[in-house]
Amino acid sequence: MVSKPKVPGLVKGLGVTFGTMMRTFKNGANTVQYPHEKESPPIRSRGVIALHEGNCTACMLCARSCPDWCIYIEGHKQLAPPRRAGGKPRQVNHLDRFDIDYALCMYCGICVEVCPFDALFWSPEYEYSEPRIADLLHDKAKLGEWMETVPEAPELEAGAEKKK
Amino acid sequence: MNVSVLAIEIPYWGQSLLRVLGGIVAVLLPAGTIVYVFLFKMMSFMQSRLGPMEAGPYGSLQLVAEVGKWMQKEDLVPEKADHVIFKMAPVIVLTSTFLLVAVVPFGPDAWFTNFQAGAFYAMAVGSVSVIGIIIAGYASANKYSYLGGLRAAGQLIAYELPMVLAIVGVVIQAGSMNLQEIVVVQNTGEIFGWNGVGFPFVITQFVGFGIFMISVQAELTQAPFDMPIAESELVAGYMTEYSGFRFLIFFIGEFATAGVFALIASVLFLGGWGVPFAWFDWTTIDSVDDWMNVAGPLIMFSKMMLLVFVIMWVRFSYPRFREDQLQRFAWKVLIPLSLANIAVTAILKVAV
Repeated sequence: MVSKPKVPGLVKGLGVTFGTMMRTFKNGANTVQYPHEKESPPIRSRGVIALHEGNCTACMLCARSCPDWCIYIEGHKQLAPPRRAGGKPRQVNHLDRFDIDYALCMYCGICVEVCPFDALFWSPEYEYSEPRIADLLHDKAKLGEWMETVPEAPELEAGAEKKK
Repeated sequence: MNVSVLAIEIPYWGQSLLRVLGGIVAVLLPAGTIVYVFLFKMMSFMQSRLGPMEAGPYGSLQLVAEVGKWMQKEDLVPEKADHVIFKMAPVIVLTSTFLLVAVVPFGPDAWFTNFQAGAFYAMAVGSVSVIGIIIAGYASANKYSYLGGLRAAGQLIAYELPMVLAIVGVVIQAGSMNLQEIVVVQNTGEIFGWNGVGFPFVITQFVGFGIFMISVQAELTQAPFDMPIAESELVAGYMTEYSGFRFLIFFIGEFATAGVFALIASVLFLGGWGVPFAWFDWTTIDSVDDWMNVAGPLIMFSKMMLLVFVIMWVRFSYPRFREDQLQRFAWKVLIPLSLANIAVTAILKVAV
């Protein structure tokens, strides 16, 4: 095997930077000029947490597992009409308040993982900075709006066990 | 001594004023250009990004914005610092740059001072900046600054020597220390009777040229020789405690000195402001046409941009030396090499 003549590392290093410069001249940069053009984030990236209010039972698991204590939940018990005719009215938890303080949130996603009723979802939306820090406290209605941006769950792998 | 430029008689005081203004332009214009073209744009492109794009077309006014920002910042002085010396240090560094540009000839009449020991003077005032850097580190009353200042002192003294020795080769070959004279010798010279490109000393003094450029890199504390401002160990070295306008002076000083050293390198090795005199049938400096006073600075500027491109290219490509490697490289490689270069040059000068 004929080994190629070795280019000294120092010269090679200069070549790398020069080559990158020429490539940037010709093909443009790898970066995106953010406010003018936007990059679409990967579909499962952690942008903001959305709340599907109908699924929430105010069980407080997310609030208790949150490392930053940035989830505030208030609820009360009330009676719902029975499922079958002639049954007793059921007792359900009604959600009065569900706030996430994004000034505190560290995007660990434990609340999404821990939710037993699939009420919390990750959305890839990332543009929600505010001039006032208090506005980063998203309430129930705002968290509900984020639901529209939640992408469809990806298909299960072939042969995976279906959840009942 | 009246010199006529474009057929206008200019009195001596007028010439002096023009030269002072020219000096300021010759320091600040390259500094601004270098920062924008190389530090902002070339560095970004080498890292596959675009750099500043918002201020002005393609971010060309970014430097104005930055200067405006620095001017607004508070001029902080640490409580236990030596106030007078602390405030003086950046000015000394910038003064060294202005003193340095004073000997660079830009044309047959476009020079600031034209005196015999020009090369010697350039090397002497080039090291004035060391004093500014040492006292900046010392007066800051901060151990990181102090360490940075000491490292800078050790490095600048170590690399001052090969730089001076590299120039000696050129001086021997030109037979003069006057930079104007060196330019003339290079442009009237001929290679084996062919005078098409003159005789830039880089052809015979390529070893000296290499040593000179490496030393310039170290003198400017640019990477890979940026041990004095190693941010991972020393915060920002001797610049740690400086803010606002004084930091700006250090910043301008760094890049203006890069430009001025590139100008000196182009005078010593690349033929300076001149075009080969044979092109226009000039024989001596007095027979050079007046329009060279305009063309000369442009030629110098393009040569400076070429050399600064090399300096910055190396800066953006290489990682930093360790302190002991840095010293060993200067004392054990560069100085013996430059001494050998002087010996060989001297022998050939006498023999041929």
